[in-house]
Amino acid sequence: MSDDRFISIEGITKRFPAAGGGVTTVFEDLWLSMRRGDFTCIIGHSGCGKTTVLNILAGLDAPSDGTVIVDNQGIEGPSLDRAVIFQSHALLPWRTVMGNVAYAVSSKWRSHRKVEVERQSQRFIDLVGLTGAEHKRPAELSGGMKQRVGIARALSIEPKIMLMDEPFSALDALTRGTLQDEVRRICLETGQTVFMITHDVDEAIYLADRVVLMTNGPEAVFAEIVENPLPKERKRTDVHKHPLYYGVRNHIIDFLVSRSKGFAEEIKGGGYDRRRVPVVRLGAPEPVIAAESRPELKQESDLIRGRA
Amino acid sequence: MGRGVAANSAYVVTPLPVPPPQGRRERCGADFRNLTYVPASQIVCARLARAMTRSLTLRAMLVSVAIFALFVAVWQLATMGSGPAVPMDPEYAKLVGATASQGKSAMPGPLDVWLKIWEHLKNPFYDRGTNDKGLGIQLAWSIARVMAGYLLAVAVAIPTGFLIGMSPLMSRALDPFIQVLKPISPLAWMPLALYTIKDSHLSSIFVIFICSLWPMLINTAFGVSAVRKEWLNVARTLEVGTLRRAFTIILPAAAPTILTGMRISIGIAWLVIVAAEMLVGGTGIGYFVWNEWNNLSITNVITAILLIGIIGMILDQLLARATRLVTFPE
Repeated sequence: MSDDRFISIEGITKRFPAAGGGVTTVFEDLWLSMRRGDFTCIIGHSGCGKTTVLNILAGLDAPSDGTVIVDNQGIEGPSLDRAVIFQSHALLPWRTVMGNVAYAVSSKWRSHRKVEVERQSQRFIDLVGLTGAEHKRPAELSGGMKQRVGIARALSIEPKIMLMDEPFSALDALTRGTLQDEVRRICLETGQTVFMITHDVDEAIYLADRVVLMTNGPEAVFAEIVENPLPKERKRTDVHKHPLYYGVRNHIIDFLVSRSKGFAEEIKGGGYDRRRVPVVRLGAPEPVIAAESRPELKQESDLIRGRA
Repeated sequence: MGRGVAANSAYVVTPLPVPPPQGRRERCGADFRNLTYVPASQIVCARLARAMTRSLTLRAMLVSVAIFALFVAVWQLATMGSGPAVPMDPEYAKLVGATASQGKSAMPGPLDVWLKIWEHLKNPFYDRGTNDKGLGIQLAWSIARVMAGYLLAVAVAIPTGFLIGMSPLMSRALDPFIQVLKPISPLAWMPLALYTIKDSHLSSIFVIFICSLWPMLINTAFGVSAVRKEWLNVARTLEVGTLRRAFTIILPAAAPTILTGMRISIGIAWLVIVAAEMLVGGTGIGYFVWNEWNNLSITNVITAILLIGIIGMILDQLLARATRLVTFPE
């Protein structure tokens, strides 16, 4: 079961003291679990607390309440098991490409000799297609290349989880497409578990196995988990031809445009359980709502997924 | 027509294909052919002129030279001597000197100063007793004192600056002390230093230490506290320990700011050493200036002033170069 609940967010809350003495609750009592090897995207409007959730997962921020369990261990601060790819790439500008990746490698394997560190670094520089640029400094690289270094640095420590905070949002459309392809390829090859924040619906559908929809803050909640109906083997050029592509896309956009604001009203009638976020699985023509975590429905949902 | 000119000219002429007679174009072609006969020297002049307009450095250099020439000329004119020459006994005139007997200005002219500088440069390290040492020896004393005080300040200011920059508690706790101590003129410490240390040489080193401390301390603290959060987060996610973080993230990130502080400090230290040596006496360029003033040797004073300026510039440029070395482009 631990593979199914590889990452388990259990009732996390984040509160800030507000100006004027009150308390702002960014989100409260959030529950979510992620499978090992899954690519999960989280989508929601700015300011809903996505980045705070990611920072808590990374250990850079602590929740006011609740815990996160990763691979049967509670999170206590940052760890080399969880690599972060920052939106602003966060490369060290005084180090070369090799220096930046080697810094991460030598942080993980402290007793490694220089040769070993460089061999491991080179492997991941090659993987992201930066062979030949090892001795360049970040200032000499384009935005896309910088983010490749960020990806190489994150992957080089062979983490259990990759956390990405809008990694492609600062890139132009062409570069973004190429990098999405690369990240998808690398994650499939390495079976990486990924948690990614994005604003881009198409990016989420192309990359993710599951898309988590988050309502507007304050007091944001995870509204739904949308199962991606596209096959694991997918091509950028073909995804939009899949019969369910526009169904999923429209469902997510509908949520972002209208439902994300009034979700509190929507669940007033009951039936929404914070601990069991509804899983939406789209089949033509109407979306079907299934509660995956309910034991009596578990088998059925496994059957549908073809895992039984 | 073009051929005729070519026959009388000493320059090599390449015959140009004559365009078919066709209105305006024909005339253009003829004009162009006439323009090809240009003497070689004229071409060189034109190139030079173009290079000069292009090179700002060269033009700035020319202006600098002109200003310097003007300054020297005015100096020469002002010190040429216009006072009345009093007729007197040659023996007596020799005794009172040229200033009194021939109306010569007491201020040395540029040539006098240049000869003096040349004389010092020829023999910078002579030592003929307490009050007659070569300028090289005096400068060496001053530089040694500045270096001792300055390096001591580096050793104290940079670790303390790291402490203040990394710990908000220490930042607040030490702030009142820094605010009070910083504006004190370094020379105000001199009597206290002389009383407690009881050594004039060490006291001047202490004064250098105290005056170069503050810019370095404040810049280091600022540089350390202003390190980008994302770089620190990189170190945190990689589980980098405090000491390694200080050396691999904070130090390189804050190095340009720290070195700027060190550059300000060396400038102040070089300003203060002259005054300090005037007070403590004995050796050093500051003492030399004061001693020569007492000797009424304005030529030596001007020579020393020039040298102080040049050494100060060299020290500043050394640190400017070091700052460029650690500056990273973003």
